Amino acid sequence: MPEITRDEVAHLATLARIDLDDAELDHLAPQLSVILESVASISAVAGADVPPTSHPLPLTNVFRDDVVVPGLTAAQALSGAPEQEQQRFAVPRILGDEQ
Amino acid sequence: MAGALADGTTTSVALTQAHLDRIAAVDGAVHAFLHVDAEGALAQAAASDERRSAGSPLHLLDGVPIAVKDVLVTEGLPTTCGSKILEGWIPPYDATVVARLKAAGLPILGKTNMDEFAMGSSTEHSAYGPTHNPWDLDRIPGGSGGGSAAAVASYEAPLALGTDTGGSIRQPGAVTGTVGVKPTYGGVSRYGLVALANSLDQVGPVTRTVLDSALLHELIGGHDPRDSTSADVPLPDLVGAARRGADGDLSGLKVGVIRELAGDGWQPGVMARFTESVDLLVGMGAEVVEVSCPTFVHALATYYLILPAEASSNLAKFDAMRYGLRVLPEGVASPSAEDVMRATRDAGFGDEVKRRIILGTYALSSGYYDAYYGQAQKVRTLITRDFEAAFAQADVLLSPTAPTTAFKLGEKLDDPLSMYLNDLATIPANLSGVPGISVPSGLADEDGLPAGIQILAPALADDRVYRVGAALEAALLDAWGGPLLDKAPDLEGTL
Repeated sequence: MPEITRDEVAHLATLARIDLDDAELDHLAPQLSVILESVASISAVAGADVPPTSHPLPLTNVFRDDVVVPGLTAAQALSGAPEQEQQRFAVPRILGDEQ
Repeated sequence: MAGALADGTTTSVALTQAHLDRIAAVDGAVHAFLHVDAEGALAQAAASDERRSAGSPLHLLDGVPIAVKDVLVTEGLPTTCGSKILEGWIPPYDATVVARLKAAGLPILGKTNMDEFAMGSSTEHSAYGPTHNPWDLDRIPGGSGGGSAAAVASYEAPLALGTDTGGSIRQPGAVTGTVGVKPTYGGVSRYGLVALANSLDQVGPVTRTVLDSALLHELIGGHDPRDSTSADVPLPDLVGAARRGADGDLSGLKVGVIRELAGDGWQPGVMARFTESVDLLVGMGAEVVEVSCPTFVHALATYYLILPAEASSNLAKFDAMRYGLRVLPEGVASPSAEDVMRATRDAGFGDEVKRRIILGTYALSSGYYDAYYGQAQKVRTLITRDFEAAFAQADVLLSPTAPTTAFKLGEKLDDPLSMYLNDLATIPANLSGVPGISVPSGLADEDGLPAGIQILAPALADDRVYRVGAALEAALLDAWGGPLLDKAPDLEGTL
């Protein structure tokens, strides 16, 4: 079981879109190592012949008739937005400098 | 209360006002609520009284007030999930269970405190401060639904809704002396529940009696076309099962005590109350067998891989774009959406949420997926097989609900592994989807704090947990000479 390093935690935080400062990285890395060491115990519990369970119930597609029903109004959908403009969500720029 | 409303001894407005008064008197110390909606609750209560005086057909719980965990969305009422990232958010729609409460005429007192996004076993991970256990204000009320359990235990609400992903209804029930039920997965709609882990989450009742839970479960349960994971099968007769159970005849019933969920390492006072409860069941005619579920020792590790994996994916929607908090990073002239998202998620999420998102991202990342998440899903199959083998030998399975009584606030906050151990006995049911109830089993000798007994049944056989739970409750009431909560401190007298 590889120990999770501070750099790896920083990389994971980038993937998860969370800014972590140095103090948070110092705090989290050892805690995550301990947790991972603990959960690694299951690696030898089930063999290749055991099918995985992703869900307690068998999942099936659920269909309904294609009938128009009232949904949220634009005002309702936008009601929790941090910023809105012309009945749309206003967001910061989405392209980086290189694009 | 339903009886007093029906015979005209009281009114819904009087009942609702009495609970609002109680909240005003004690919630400063307990902090069970994040938001109290006095005006809305009283308006709903007045409407209920009008329906009753007009002679309209009413649901049995019409007019009985209820508290709702803050992870369930409520139209026009704030929903924060105990997180700063949703501070002030007011949803434009109701969760199906909330809509069913409103349709049946239950006034909603407010939203209860919880661990942030339901991640925790102590309600200390709420961004709005911890809830305190009404039995001892220096102790935790369990988690993540500590607010709902504490509201019921402190008489701030007669009924509450919680959600149970790894034990978040049953474990708070055990440590506050209340009844908590995790229904069969798919038995109660999850539409409008802000998902922590889709394959594990289940909404359920928190009450003072088993019959109250059965009434509430029947009200909120049943198929919901808006939830693709909702089981399209009729609910069993839960209220009838609870009433039959209270008669105290369990002859012909086989109860299995799970060897792996009792014994060494468990608090002696918790085990003593558990053994007494098993003896009471035998006295009512049940036959006890010991069953072994060897894979249960791996349930905790399995859960702490599956849950963060699902949670990290679910919480991706908190991106500072469509709702909730938006934080602009300092010192960046023209921040991109990604810069804003990173700064917002750092400021908006607490430590436990960050910990689990990072863990989930790791478990799902390339190279580790098969070793962690894939392996955990296989162990989940083995746990379900253990349940099947055990239910071939017994109609219901028993264990203590939690290994210890309530610990002190702050005691385990910096030790996540130790905190996670609280859910040891409750997690297997979530991994397999089977129903479970926690019934108060008495007070531990060492500390005088409540303990609980957990009763599990096969999927869709929720009526069995009510039958056995009500039988045990009736026998314990006789033994105690009244409800366990009567032995709790008089909060108003001590504040």
